[in-house]
Amino acid sequence: MSELRDLYQEVILDHYKRPRNFGPLEGADHKAEGHNPLCGDRVTIYLVIEGDVIRNISFQGAGCAISTASASLMTEMLKGKTLTEVETLFGEFHAMLTGDPSQPADPAQGKLAVFSGVREFPARVKCATLSWHTLQAALKEQKEPISTE
Amino acid sequence: MKSLVTTSSSVSPALISSAGLDVARIREDFPILKQKVHGKPLVYLDNAATSQKPQAVIDSEVELYSEYFSNVHRGVHLLSQRSTDAYEKAREKVQNFLNARSSAEIIFTRGTTEGINLVAQTYGQQHVQAGDEILISEMEHHSNIVPWQMLCAQKGAILKVIPINDEGEILLDEYEKLLSERTRLVGIVHLSNALGTVNPVQQMIAMAHQRGIPVLVDGAQAVPHIPVDVQALDCDFYVFSGHKLFGPTGIGVLYGKKELLETMPPYQGGGDMILSVSFEKTEYNVLPFRFEAGTPNIAGAIALGAAIDYVQEIGLDKIATYEDKLLAYATEVMAEIPGIRLIGTARNKASVLSFLIEGVHPHDIGTILDREGIAIRAGHHCAQPVMERFGVPATARASFAFYNTLEEVDALVAGIRKVQEVFS
Repeated sequence: MSELRDLYQEVILDHYKRPRNFGPLEGADHKAEGHNPLCGDRVTIYLVIEGDVIRNISFQGAGCAISTASASLMTEMLKGKTLTEVETLFGEFHAMLTGDPSQPADPAQGKLAVFSGVREFPARVKCATLSWHTLQAALKEQKEPISTE
Repeated sequence: MKSLVTTSSSVSPALISSAGLDVARIREDFPILKQKVHGKPLVYLDNAATSQKPQAVIDSEVELYSEYFSNVHRGVHLLSQRSTDAYEKAREKVQNFLNARSSAEIIFTRGTTEGINLVAQTYGQQHVQAGDEILISEMEHHSNIVPWQMLCAQKGAILKVIPINDEGEILLDEYEKLLSERTRLVGIVHLSNALGTVNPVQQMIAMAHQRGIPVLVDGAQAVPHIPVDVQALDCDFYVFSGHKLFGPTGIGVLYGKKELLETMPPYQGGGDMILSVSFEKTEYNVLPFRFEAGTPNIAGAIALGAAIDYVQEIGLDKIATYEDKLLAYATEVMAEIPGIRLIGTARNKASVLSFLIEGVHPHDIGTILDREGIAIRAGHHCAQPVMERFGVPATARASFAFYNTLEEVDALVAGIRKVQEVFS
């Protein structure tokens, strides 16, 4: 049960049940859709970018607890961040998800450290990263929906 | 055809064993079932995705490769003769299993998917013209949708879809209306992998035949659970996969009526499908070899034969009776759990229990059950149009085989309660 509790931490369940920054964003200047064909999860990321700073961000979609909470927490984390900071955060986040489960989570991850339990569940890494990959696609103005496959 | 699932509330273990199946002994034949997963006994309820293999099937491949393996249909030496005999014997076993008139009507394929593609790209290429229609149902697996879409795109033909009701049953009145002068073929699933519905294929075939329309039946999910008689059904094509029938992956079967197969152009060109080749002209081989270009999956066919022997020794009638009781019990105890919604509640069902838990995504159900040692499928089951029909992105699916037990159903229920506890 403890590994499951590590995966489904209170913060994750809270963001799953009450996702933050949910719904289309008025005045969004960047947008992309992401899709995980294995489980049918879909997410759309909306962005307002000023210079190299994310002024506003929201998401919409249907997915599992991990993907929904990851999208929700990502939108909370990234408001006001520069694009370089976003890149660094995603790199560290991805490294944490695929890293050694016996090591403590990187404190630099802040709130995102609640996803450290995903390390024990390799099949769920894609759920946690779907919104981040979609964010990257939105920043690159990719026209085709991105896919985790 | 199986009976309706009407077993009343108190399915006791005694009643289950009265189906005449010694499940405890049967489980001994499946080495993989003895293991633990995450420290819990494996409860394998993903049989609609693929089934586990009895020792007899595993041994048949070991025996072939260690004692008499060689290529088939081409050697004068002893090993080649023995391999050829075993390969052709497997074809006869399939013939007998489906009650086909002739072993020439049994084509070995890679699986159900290849069987459907073969028919689409041979019979379909030959008979479908611009403006013609192919008729399939709303509950088809992607493998019985996409090959027809590809053919329609090539020919300018139209794919028509028979709607289903909220229980997941074909609307036969709508089907009747959709059978038109332009319909060139009907493709219909026998047992739905996503809903568990057993379709009235015999009746549907008769309705199509009244208008001279041939019917392909996708039996991938049906053959492990329902006795199939292609002559009684009078289907024109019947396709299935070995791996869902306790055989290996990479082997499957296309049954086709001889008079149809004989007029169809070849699917792939190569060795074994020819009688003679010169640079000016090639003469194609007779049935069934004309549709089996190249060295076939010899071990796969022989092991599929062993799987058929195994299933027939138990008896598909007994298997169907036992599984009906298992499914009825599972349906009943699941329905008692608050917050559960069953997807697919047809009157005539087999083997499959698709469900949702309120407030929990199927993917999370799958992860939590896995930690309890319970293997189920979470997703769209390669049937996205069905998911759309029911307005859900995915479901969790438990699917049964004759080696599953009432105790395993109880373990599933306990697992679901754990899921609800984690998400409470």
